Amino acid sequence: MDENASARLTRRALTVAHSVGLFLAMLVICLPGIWIVLSSLRPTVEIMAKPPVWIPQEVSLDAYIAMFSGIGKGGIPVLDYFRNSLIISVTSTVIAVAIGMAGGYAFARYRFRGKSGMFLGLMLTRTVPGIALSLPLFFLYVRLGIIDTHIGMILAYVALNVPFTIWLIDGFFRQVPKDLAEAAQIDGCTRWQAFWQVEFPLARPGIASAAIFAFLTCWNEFALASQLTRSVNSKTLPVGLLDYTAEFTIDWRGMCALAVVMIIPALTLTYIVQKHLVGGLTSGAVKG
Amino acid sequence: MATVSLKNLTKRYGNMEIVHGIDLEIADREFIALVGPSGCGKSTTLRMIAGLEDISGGEIDIGGRKVNDLPPRSRNISMVFQSYALYPHMTVRENLGFSLKIAGATKDEMDRRVAEASAILGLDELLERRPSQLSGGQRQRVAMGRAIVRDPDVFLFDEPLSNLDAKLRTQMRTEIKKLHAKVKSTVIYVTHDQVEAMTLADRIVIMRSGYIEQVGTPDEVFSRPATRFVAGFIGSPPMNLHEATVSDGRLVFSAGDSLPLPGQFKSRTSTGDKVVFGIRPDDFYPTGHGLSSGGETEVHRVELPVSITEPLGNETLVFAEFNGTDWVSRMLNPKPLKAGDRIGMSFDLSRAHLFSAETGKSLRN
Repeated sequence: MDENASARLTRRALTVAHSVGLFLAMLVICLPGIWIVLSSLRPTVEIMAKPPVWIPQEVSLDAYIAMFSGIGKGGIPVLDYFRNSLIISVTSTVIAVAIGMAGGYAFARYRFRGKSGMFLGLMLTRTVPGIALSLPLFFLYVRLGIIDTHIGMILAYVALNVPFTIWLIDGFFRQVPKDLAEAAQIDGCTRWQAFWQVEFPLARPGIASAAIFAFLTCWNEFALASQLTRSVNSKTLPVGLLDYTAEFTIDWRGMCALAVVMIIPALTLTYIVQKHLVGGLTSGAVKG
Repeated sequence: MATVSLKNLTKRYGNMEIVHGIDLEIADREFIALVGPSGCGKSTTLRMIAGLEDISGGEIDIGGRKVNDLPPRSRNISMVFQSYALYPHMTVRENLGFSLKIAGATKDEMDRRVAEASAILGLDELLERRPSQLSGGQRQRVAMGRAIVRDPDVFLFDEPLSNLDAKLRTQMRTEIKKLHAKVKSTVIYVTHDQVEAMTLADRIVIMRSGYIEQVGTPDEVFSRPATRFVAGFIGSPPMNLHEATVSDGRLVFSAGDSLPLPGQFKSRTSTGDKVVFGIRPDDFYPTGHGLSSGGETEVHRVELPVSITEPLGNETLVFAEFNGTDWVSRMLNPKPLKAGDRIGMSFDLSRAHLFSAETGKSLRN
């Protein structure tokens, strides 16, 4: 076989191997998701079967119907949970991103005393596992009377997310050349206008990713929420999953159905925002 | 259009003083170049004029108005940055019109002025593109267009050509000169490239370590450098500068070689003075290959060995060994030479410079 033909063959074999590898990796990543969707559609017997039943024999939407059927008919207050989750996640994301923008901008642009110490301090808060704080936080909230309230959850999640949003947004503002804001000021902008007209649009991909991450953290958080919420007043969807556990049984099908309900908005949001995540927008700003 | 006046302008960062109380008067419609090595304070000075840096002391007047504490937008200036600083999320048209939009101009007014600037700089084809789709030279032109659109009192240029390749730089230099002729406004141009300063400016301000060394026309700073630093900085290839001691009407160099003391300095020096002798490559040439202007009155001829040559086509730079070091000379109507050849060299001493070794100041009147 001549040299070129064998090189061509090798290249083709590599392409195939590459695709197979990618497929396997995607399978590993997606399987849990698929399994949740499948489990929400089939009876518990099939879910618990050993060896596992891969292809569902009996598919029904019973779990979803039951979920929305109200108390006593196997239902849970899913709309309340959904509303709580939405209010808490959206509000705390907005606040965390606002603080993250202000903080990230300050860390990226200004020099001040104790800057690196402060930055390190913020990052160190990330090293403390949230669950370790749950008991102190619980006592504190009891004293303040904000157990089982939206505001309590929002506060906790803002605190959880702010170090991360500051860190991420700081990185994006650093990539926006300082000259641009200065040019805008020479062009007649105030500092404030220069920020909104020039720096903000350029850091938008970073701010969007910070927002997604913050939102998903709040939306999916379970450990703190399970300690700090009590009733439909503030219980979020992840905590709502516990409604499917009884003393001796766990309704896996119902739980999976609720999980699907939880995943859909998160997936939709990520899909919508992802087009803002295109990087490289700053290319061409400076240098030849 | 406006005059610019700097009075005792000072800049400090903490305890470190970067610009030490400089004074400068810039006339209306004048093209001034601030030139100096990196770290000399020229960019800081420009940024203070722009209002991008606070001033630590002194006064800045633009058009007779004190602007010390005014924000950049209230100074009616425009600035071209070294990095161009085009807004990457806007098209060329939006970049050009940005300042007008901020000022609240009407759509018609904006279109008219953008069209004017675009016509001056030949940007018509590029108006709908984004900066990332432009070449370096095009970006440079857009940056200048953005400056023109504002119709400012003063144009500030901060090393605008440093990011371009050599050929484009020469081309853009000409464009800037043409632009100044057209828009006729006051220009302050910062550069570290003395060729840019010489070719563009009406007057050159040479700065060093936060002080002004000399202010003068290109001809003045070239022919009558006030200090040893200016002598070495202006001119390419640079002036030959060597320390010497005055001794009985002669200049004796470190290795023992000597030259006659140029006549014009005889009354200004006395035996034992430590001086720096300077002669431009144009005034030190292979005999018969110099700028035969006929004005030479004091030519000193010696035979020296050639160490290397750098042919440039129309001329050759000849490095000749004198007093143990290489002195660069300019050979017009060049003939082939090779290292080791001994050739007759002429020092046109009437055009030589002498500086005090201690203060660096010129000993010319």
